[in-house]
Amino acid sequence: MAGDMGYKDRQNGQNGTAGGAGDTHALLEVKNLGVEYKTDDAVVYAVNALSLSLDKGQTLGLVGETGAGKTTLALAILRLLPKKIGYVTGGQVLFDGVDLFGIKENQMLGYRGKRISMIFQDPMTSLNPVIKVGDQVAEILELHNEDKKLTRAQIERRVDEMFNLVGIPPERKHEYPHQFSGGMKQRVVIAISLACEPELLIADEPTTALDVTIQAQVLAMMQDLKSRLGTSMIMITHDLGVVAETCDLVAVMYAGEIVEKGTVEDIFEGGGHHPYTEGLFGSIPSLDGTESRLSPIEGLMPDPTRKPAGCRFAPRCPKRRKECSKVPPPECRMGGGHMVRCHLFAGGAADGTAIPVENPGDSKGGR
Amino acid sequence: MSIDDKQTDFEDSSQESMDFSSVDGYKKRSQLRMIAARFAKNRMAMVGLVVLILLVVMVVTVDFFFDYQTDAIKQDMRNRLQSPSMAHWFGTDQYGRDIFARIVYGARISLVTSICVISISTVLGAVLGALSAYYGGWVDNLIMRINDVFYALPFNLMAICVVASLGSGIMNLGLACVVGVVPGFARIFRSAILPIKSQEYIEAAKACGTHDRRILMRHIIPNAMGPIIVQATLNLAITMLAISGLSYIGLGIESPMPEWGVMLSEGTTYMRDYPFLVLFPGFAIVVAALALNLIGDGMRDALDPKLKN
Amino acid sequence: MSMEAQANMGTQANMGTQANMGTQVNMGTQANMGAKANMGTQVNMGAKMDMDSKAGIDAHTPMIRTVNLKKHFSTPKGQLHAVDGVDLEIKTGQTLGVVGESGCGKSTLGRVILRLLDATDGSVYFEGKDIFRMSGHEMGEFRRQSQIIFQDPYASLNPRLSVSEIIMEPLIVNKVYKSRHDMEQAVYRMMKTVGLAARLINMYPHELDGGRRQRVGIARALVLNPKFIVCDEPVSALDVSIQAQILNLLMDLQEELNLTYMFITHDMSVVRHISNEIAVMYLGKCVERSPAKRLFENPMHPYTKALLSAIPVPNLSRRGKERQLLTGEISSPIEPEPGCRFAPRCAQAGPECLGRDIPLGECEPGHFVACAHV
Repeated sequence: MAGDMGYKDRQNGQNGTAGGAGDTHALLEVKNLGVEYKTDDAVVYAVNALSLSLDKGQTLGLVGETGAGKTTLALAILRLLPKKIGYVTGGQVLFDGVDLFGIKENQMLGYRGKRISMIFQDPMTSLNPVIKVGDQVAEILELHNEDKKLTRAQIERRVDEMFNLVGIPPERKHEYPHQFSGGMKQRVVIAISLACEPELLIADEPTTALDVTIQAQVLAMMQDLKSRLGTSMIMITHDLGVVAETCDLVAVMYAGEIVEKGTVEDIFEGGGHHPYTEGLFGSIPSLDGTESRLSPIEGLMPDPTRKPAGCRFAPRCPKRRKECSKVPPPECRMGGGHMVRCHLFAGGAADGTAIPVENPGDSKGGR
Repeated sequence: MSIDDKQTDFEDSSQESMDFSSVDGYKKRSQLRMIAARFAKNRMAMVGLVVLILLVVMVVTVDFFFDYQTDAIKQDMRNRLQSPSMAHWFGTDQYGRDIFARIVYGARISLVTSICVISISTVLGAVLGALSAYYGGWVDNLIMRINDVFYALPFNLMAICVVASLGSGIMNLGLACVVGVVPGFARIFRSAILPIKSQEYIEAAKACGTHDRRILMRHIIPNAMGPIIVQATLNLAITMLAISGLSYIGLGIESPMPEWGVMLSEGTTYMRDYPFLVLFPGFAIVVAALALNLIGDGMRDALDPKLKN
Repeated sequence: MSMEAQANMGTQANMGTQANMGTQVNMGTQANMGAKANMGTQVNMGAKMDMDSKAGIDAHTPMIRTVNLKKHFSTPKGQLHAVDGVDLEIKTGQTLGVVGESGCGKSTLGRVILRLLDATDGSVYFEGKDIFRMSGHEMGEFRRQSQIIFQDPYASLNPRLSVSEIIMEPLIVNKVYKSRHDMEQAVYRMMKTVGLAARLINMYPHELDGGRRQRVGIARALVLNPKFIVCDEPVSALDVSIQAQILNLLMDLQEELNLTYMFITHDMSVVRHISNEIAVMYLGKCVERSPAKRLFENPMHPYTKALLSAIPVPNLSRRGKERQLLTGEISSPIEPEPGCRFAPRCAQAGPECLGRDIPLGECEPGHFVACAHV
């Protein structure tokens, strides 16, 4: 609950005084970030004026479909955008008060893997097939051991510790990745990313490639580790179920923008949602099988090489109004930290009360 | 009644809701025309094509300007080793023959032989590679092991063996080259076809009852075309040089015939004082090989719809 | 609607008992054409009657029935039992959902049922005929009437062919139409049916997004007007909003054309949504089979229970609650010991689970489970 309060406080602060980095700074703050991919024939606007913040120990779920810019955001935070193609066009990423875009590349190395680490989607390709898994965990420790504080034996002990932590018997550290199943490989990847006890873990679809029962194991393990180590986490996923079970905060992304953000309760239980969020919920068949027909979002993702004048979701939006395709929608505060970027709520934005609209929970019979 | 009647049922049902006038605006385009359009967009490939066309035109029309016997074969010792001039554009060789005439006539032999060799080898290699990749098992083993035996012998050694046992001459030389080239082709085609064989669209084709021949010809080979074309064009130049090489050691085209390799090898004796003797045949080989490679690259890209833009 | 259709059908059948069934049925369809506005009903009825008149003798013959179906693959380590004695039935016009985790043999099962792979043992009956004993002619007919839709909309379309060529291919192969014009018209119609704009005909697969590609795959499967379609994870590679579009399309087509589906997936909520009946597979065995609703209300097999409990649900009710987590992972399908395949991961497993294969038993009407404890 404390974390929750912090989130709301900061939101208000940001609103008022444009975020002076004082003592109360968040662990991660992304301000007005813009990322473009420039290719020979087109410019892709991957992330547009995106802001979010995250406190210590919190988990932020970043939800959206393919091409929403979720992974680009993660890569931008780590300054790992593809060279000569991906460019940060504006904004700041503050990690623990330090502007990550303002420091030198070799200073950045001290952050990557040590203070911020990332888990990629496919465990099959993120491990080197010709190096023993134990050595791959040891490697990250050695990399961040410039001051030689750790001896060889200590590193070995730490590797064993990490293997125990992720639920793999340490005896198996001498095996190669191909001797592990998908779920086990993802555990190794998680062990690598947590070896240096990072303050922030960015997990890009960590369980998408896994089977449900294995996914449940890995998610439970990640939850457990998070609470034990106090790591903050950005969970990138398209699976609203995963978000509901693991996250404290949720940001819904569409075409490079956050269209709605708030606590997990705001998104899953409260009223007043962005039509895209409603569409996402309407697209998932529920397990109790109450609906006979799904209500999907019509149409397709917009062309990311174009910058529309108004709302990016307008062409697919069932609640579209005249102003939607002309004026960019404002960020509307719905009370607390709940934000919706939509014209529908523009009237009620000033005092923070939401205009009563049909919410997806109601229409779907109590989600 | 089953299929046909249902088909009509289905037509009836859908006819009403549909307006076909709107569809006619989008005519199905022919695949060939699209390939040609894509090829035309590739500037380097077009350069190659223009050069090749020029070569072909020269080969076809050469008889109007030169006489094979008097200009390319008959020795004229009075005019030997003359530098390039208006009378002899590329000069004359050590027997007084016009080098330009010999190069143009030589194109007939070098170009035509190597193109024939590569065409035959490509077809053979594609068929062998496709059969062994598609059927696998013992078919694969049989073809590939025999293939390996041929592959183990160096190309030149094998060509020498073939020519030595069958006698020299253009046909035998061509045969020797085919035998030397096919094993490499078969191997490359097999590896290009293997990953395609397990694609789901092959299974989809099987699911609607497509017979093996059509699957091979329509779905597998077109998708393996890229490496096949690159391999073929690369080998064209190599074959041209190999024919020249074999001719040089006396196993291919006999000396008076105007073959680029023969001319090159004969010219080396006088290279120091009369460099044009090797320069022009060498230049001819380079230009022809380059043109063919450019065309090959262009073909590969044009055949791949993914590289449309 | 379906009740009404049934009733109508009854009258027509009575009217034409003495006359030739085929003509009578067509007459009925024609007559109704003008009278009714609802196209869906028409097609549905037409197809249904056609089906019934053909099956004739026994209307209850299931579309697909497998008996002790086995498919083993030879590997260097021994026989891999991908499908190991599966009995199931798919009724005409219904959807059987097959769920299970990767490596449980569900995709192999789908391919054996279509005879894209030959079975090691057992038989598959398509409308009562054993597909492994069909004559060449019958096989051709079977190929036309059964189709498959694949998971990966990238790998399942030939990148060298344009959209119209892909959809036309089955028509050419089966020589359905004589003139090229008719064939093209059929392709346009099919594109319209699956919601593809006519302007896409000259596009190549790589120019389309995942949802459209999947629609092309569906059009290719439907263009021969089949009765039975194996859907092998058709929506797993798609984004949720596109996934919902495709699921709706598949369900609409089923209703319109009276299709029978075998729907293979690992997604429990999707299978719940689309299926009439569900079969749960584990390591080549069907461990539970039941009407969809019953399976979710009353799962009997410990694996089904674990599977249901493992799904992350998009609401907060389960948040923070302890769930029943399976320990361990799926064991090797190579030369498995006789006995319950799930026993190594099962909390209730005892000596009675090992040593012999547990057969699928009926625990309540229509609900089959293979567990020693039920």
